[in-house]
Amino acid sequence: MNWDLLGQLVVNGVIVGMLYGVVAMCFVLIYKSTQVVNFAQGEFLLIGAWTCWAMLVWLEMPFWLGFLFTLAFMFVFGILLQVVVLKPLIGEPIISVIMLTIGLSIVFRALMSWMFGEFVKPFPQVFEADAVNVLGLQVQPAYIMSMVISVVIMVGFFYFFKYSRMGLAMRATAFDQQVAQSLGVSVKQVFAMCWAISALVSAVAGVVIGMVNGVSSALSFFGIKVFPAAILGGLDSIVGAIVGGLIIGVLENVSQYVDSQWLQLGGLYQIVPFYVLVIILMIKPYGLFGTKDIERI
Amino acid sequence: MALGANSMRCGEFRTSYRQDSTIFPTPMSRNFAIAGVLLLMVSPVFLQPYHLNILIQIGYMGIAALGLNILVGFSGQISLGHAAFFGFGAFASAWINSSFGIPVILAIPLAGVLTTAVGMIVGIPAARIKGLYLAIATLAAQYILEDFFNRAVWFTGGSAGSLANPLSLFGYQMTTDTRYFYVVLAFVVVMYLLGTNLIRSRDGRALVALRDHYLSAEIMGINLTKYRILAFGISSFYAGVGGALFAHYLGYVSAESFTILLSIQFLGMIIIGGLGSIMGTLMGTAFMVLLPEVMEGGVGVIADFMPGIEQGLAYIKEMAIGLAIVLFLIFEPEGLAHRWQLTKAYWKLYPFSY
Repeated sequence: MNWDLLGQLVVNGVIVGMLYGVVAMCFVLIYKSTQVVNFAQGEFLLIGAWTCWAMLVWLEMPFWLGFLFTLAFMFVFGILLQVVVLKPLIGEPIISVIMLTIGLSIVFRALMSWMFGEFVKPFPQVFEADAVNVLGLQVQPAYIMSMVISVVIMVGFFYFFKYSRMGLAMRATAFDQQVAQSLGVSVKQVFAMCWAISALVSAVAGVVIGMVNGVSSALSFFGIKVFPAAILGGLDSIVGAIVGGLIIGVLENVSQYVDSQWLQLGGLYQIVPFYVLVIILMIKPYGLFGTKDIERI
Repeated sequence: MALGANSMRCGEFRTSYRQDSTIFPTPMSRNFAIAGVLLLMVSPVFLQPYHLNILIQIGYMGIAALGLNILVGFSGQISLGHAAFFGFGAFASAWINSSFGIPVILAIPLAGVLTTAVGMIVGIPAARIKGLYLAIATLAAQYILEDFFNRAVWFTGGSAGSLANPLSLFGYQMTTDTRYFYVVLAFVVVMYLLGTNLIRSRDGRALVALRDHYLSAEIMGINLTKYRILAFGISSFYAGVGGALFAHYLGYVSAESFTILLSIQFLGMIIIGGLGSIMGTLMGTAFMVLLPEVMEGGVGVIADFMPGIEQGLAYIKEMAIGLAIVLFLIFEPEGLAHRWQLTKAYWKLYPFSY
């Protein structure tokens, strides 16, 4: 047993898992309030990361300005997407909505590859590169920052839903759309805000991952990895998304360890989350924290 | 539209259930279908190899897309892993033929049967889950099968891919496009007739009942688990046969061809064609196969004014697929089949189509 490696991988798993959790949370936010399954979540990360990259490299802005600009752009982008593309599909069958977001994801991914190329482009150095020693483990400062940002986002979400007016409106809409509407909640606004916030927070995650690994179209695969996390936690539970993300992140890294130490299959860790996904769906389709839907005739 | 798109012609009376459930709604439509097939049979005489190649593509893709339409359009389930079944059929046919020496013409349906088995295993979770959860489960199946293709060297040749022998029948090698075209055409006719027949049989009606309201259907005595898994099996059979035809046409199969993008293209075909429409499936397939070709022509024209755009051709093709799906969903959710019905109805009533 190589304990050092295992420890390192578990720490990596927690850090990546936090990011999975954040993205899964964005996914759940949209699903919960608007009943739309967003297969283009990974592309939000991609677009966010590339926008920030373009601001920093092409326009040579300082990081804070480029980052703020990215956030503003993603906010508007999310609202526009909802208003222009998704609104006509309210009330359509689930297959149409799924296919719409899949179609969007193809368009965005191809557009991004066309504009920025297929290859990984490194992010301009924002933080120092030397690894920091934390409890005997070598950790990159970018990782620590990503951890901090993830926690900040999670706490932010908690306060937003608990205390802000918009957050309450979102929870009301998720609970019962018609009742919320009759009590004066503008469901239109809530839908648009959900997409905007989801796009914005995903972009933050995209920028963070871009800083660590460089930006490339592989980022959109991150959005697919979110499904196991969201399903494991239960599709409509924000807490579940975080827990699910953490479990999937750690599991991925531990299976990489098992693979490299004993099995020697190579690349197994990429596929393990999907096996887990199938098993969860077989034994516990509504995940750990999801509400079971009861159907009546 | 005072009269619906399904209005009958004058002089068509249906007096029995048998007449009401014929494969073709009117003798006219039957004659047109036969004429269409006959026209296709003589078409190699005056078509160029390039056009034949496109027709062959429409043929094998159309078979696989029909399978998906039976699953999605008729039984109301979702599969994001159709390309994996298509690929499984392709590999299975090549494998059966080269490992056991079974002639290709038998290997193709056998590959379909093997794919059916795999599809039914994937379909087991479908007995319990539906909608979004099913979409994600089949997405997982897509990735797991893709991973399997890269790993199972004995079956697929690993990352190197495997060779598929050409089909030979009565001593003729079906190596040229013209000969292979007739093979594909025969398969398309048989598979589409089988598909149409399935829908008007007891099993087909059970699938449609499950789609429309699965609880009510279950109460009426339709076995939910059996029919959901059956739908996956049938759909995979079509995918497997389509994939096998693809393999023996190209002569070479590699795992890279069967990515999630192809699965999405299959879904695009049936959405553009029309969910739950047999003829629509073929129209949607033709649309999807022709789209990249049209894009290529279009980019060639634009390149004169905008030099450099041809480097992005691969991306433009991809974007066109996504955009076509999005635009159809927003503006014509019922697909080309619906548009076709409207056009037909318009001309039937012309000039009094108020």
